[in-house]
Amino acid sequence: MHRDGEAPAFFCLDAAGRVAAVIEFGDPALLRLGRRLIASGQPVDPARLGDPDIELSLIEDDDMKMLPIEKRFTWPASGLDRVPDWVYTSREIYDREIERIFHGPTWNYVGLAAEVPEAGDYIRTNVGPTPVVMVRDHEGGINVFENRCSHRAAEFCRELRGNAEEFVCPYHQWSYDLKGNLAGVPFRRGVNGEGGMGPDFNPENHGVRKLKVTQRNGAVFASFSEEVECFEDYMGEEMLTDFDTVFSGRKLKVLGHYRHTLMGNWKLYPENLKDPYHATLLHTFLVTFGLLVAGNKSAMIVDPRGRHSTMASAKSDGATVSAENKAEMRAYRDGMVLEDPRLMTFFEEFDSPWSVTMQVVWPGLIVQREMNTLGVRQIVPNGPNEFTMVWTMFGYEDDDEEMTRHRLRQGNLMGPAGFLGLEDNEAIKFVQDGMLNSTGGEHLVALDPEVPAGTSTTLISEAAIRAMYRHWRQEMGL
Amino acid sequence: MSSMADETVALAEDSRTARRAACAAVEEFNADYCAVLDDGDLMDWPDFFTEDAFYNITSRENFDHGRPVGLVYCEGRGMLRDRALAIARTSMFGPRYLRHYLSNTRVTGIEPDGTVCATVNYMLIETLAELPEGRLHQAGRMIDRFRPQPDGGLLLSSRIAIYDTLLVPNALVLPV
Repeated sequence: MHRDGEAPAFFCLDAAGRVAAVIEFGDPALLRLGRRLIASGQPVDPARLGDPDIELSLIEDDDMKMLPIEKRFTWPASGLDRVPDWVYTSREIYDREIERIFHGPTWNYVGLAAEVPEAGDYIRTNVGPTPVVMVRDHEGGINVFENRCSHRAAEFCRELRGNAEEFVCPYHQWSYDLKGNLAGVPFRRGVNGEGGMGPDFNPENHGVRKLKVTQRNGAVFASFSEEVECFEDYMGEEMLTDFDTVFSGRKLKVLGHYRHTLMGNWKLYPENLKDPYHATLLHTFLVTFGLLVAGNKSAMIVDPRGRHSTMASAKSDGATVSAENKAEMRAYRDGMVLEDPRLMTFFEEFDSPWSVTMQVVWPGLIVQREMNTLGVRQIVPNGPNEFTMVWTMFGYEDDDEEMTRHRLRQGNLMGPAGFLGLEDNEAIKFVQDGMLNSTGGEHLVALDPEVPAGTSTTLISEAAIRAMYRHWRQEMGL
Repeated sequence: MSSMADETVALAEDSRTARRAACAAVEEFNADYCAVLDDGDLMDWPDFFTEDAFYNITSRENFDHGRPVGLVYCEGRGMLRDRALAIARTSMFGPRYLRHYLSNTRVTGIEPDGTVCATVNYMLIETLAELPEGRLHQAGRMIDRFRPQPDGGLLLSSRIAIYDTLLVPNALVLPV
């Protein structure tokens, strides 16, 4: 079957009218759809296929919409050592992630208690992509509710942060108290006995949607699910230990935020921190100055369910890198020294064998302890191909001025302009570009096959990524 | 004694005329500064600063709330040199052009020691191979302090770049 258009294509159909092969001339999107028509194994209408005015995706939709999602998105037979592109590029998969993961039984980081110290203090934040407000009430509790007016859906809270006695939707001035209860509806009884809400209207039933909230030593999490387990069980003992090293109960001092947009699927970020292999290869700076090199004391620890993880390492002197390891690392630069070595000074302030821990709290939080520069990164997905990352950098209230400045100086390592941070952002973009601009396929995550999925003792391993996808597939039912 | 003091403490004048002259000097300085970042050798960039200079790039969100964190936070020319070297020799990023536009120069004061306080608006346009039409990467203002040098030139003793563009697109690779 021949299809004209800007880029012509040929479809070979078998006797049953199913697409068996596609030949295209210059349009990767067409070939990607073609591949999915082949994978669906469903007969198609040849006349529609050949009509260049009919969007191929519509044909696919029409033909495939009847099939359950598990039939349309099938995991490679090889198993967890392959990850198919559709995991990162499909809008349908993304929508299911929002429903099953971010709005499912997970704890989602929303902010620090230190950002809302006083009654009425609030910040705008998100659970997955969904805008929410985090606010402290007069009883000292922290509430999280959807930033969506129950009347006409307006995102009523507009400022990034502030202090308020109530939230008033600017459109029709419906007002909500600090717990998200509907407090006022203008002209509820109408005017002169006319108009207004009906007699059965009960404001109690029309508050904004409230989320379940928990705190752990100053970090605030919210969940759309009433059934979610308690935070301690959600984390497990081992992960909680790493978390509590940073959030030990010492009062936090917020130093500021970074916000940036990354042109990749949101999962590539947790994966990046479950991929110790890249750290010694991509990050020349890290390697050259001895922060992390192959052969350092290090660990890639995964919780038993495969969702949370900690990448941990102990700083070493660059001089100890063996000639053999140097040869493997193109990144290594001999003889580079910092003019101002304060950047790499490590004051041991934690009871931990590690100088660096990067912890993923599934699904959307990274807790960064890069020597003395501390922060959390919150992932806000914006569709399958993009996400926003909100960083909150902090120290402790009892830091002296010099310690605060040390944390700020060391902050040059991380963030959207950080020596390490910017490289990860670029790498993630390159990965998404690779998938979007090609004809589709799968990733190979096969390093360290002796550990099928989970904690590994070597940096040269992808077992933590496999563990994440074992969990993801369960949650997604795919 | 008093004549000695008159010689050593030649207080800089903060007059309309002096500010106009300083404004011209600052504009000239900033044009050279942009030329180095846009088309020159990044390793020359730290030479625009004094030995004890402070340099910070931060969002307006942070600045307005007194939060000190910076995308780039350097105390002293040594840290500026380390950043230039790290970007030039160790960092991996996709090929790009970054072009700086500094305008609306205002001299806001001249201190008795001759330090020129100035503000300037800035724009940073980023062009990538896969984004040949370019895009606005940052827009904001700089709050600067210039220290006059014995040769008659200026060096920055402090530059704080405050961007309005809340979301950084992917990464900020070069300084502003």
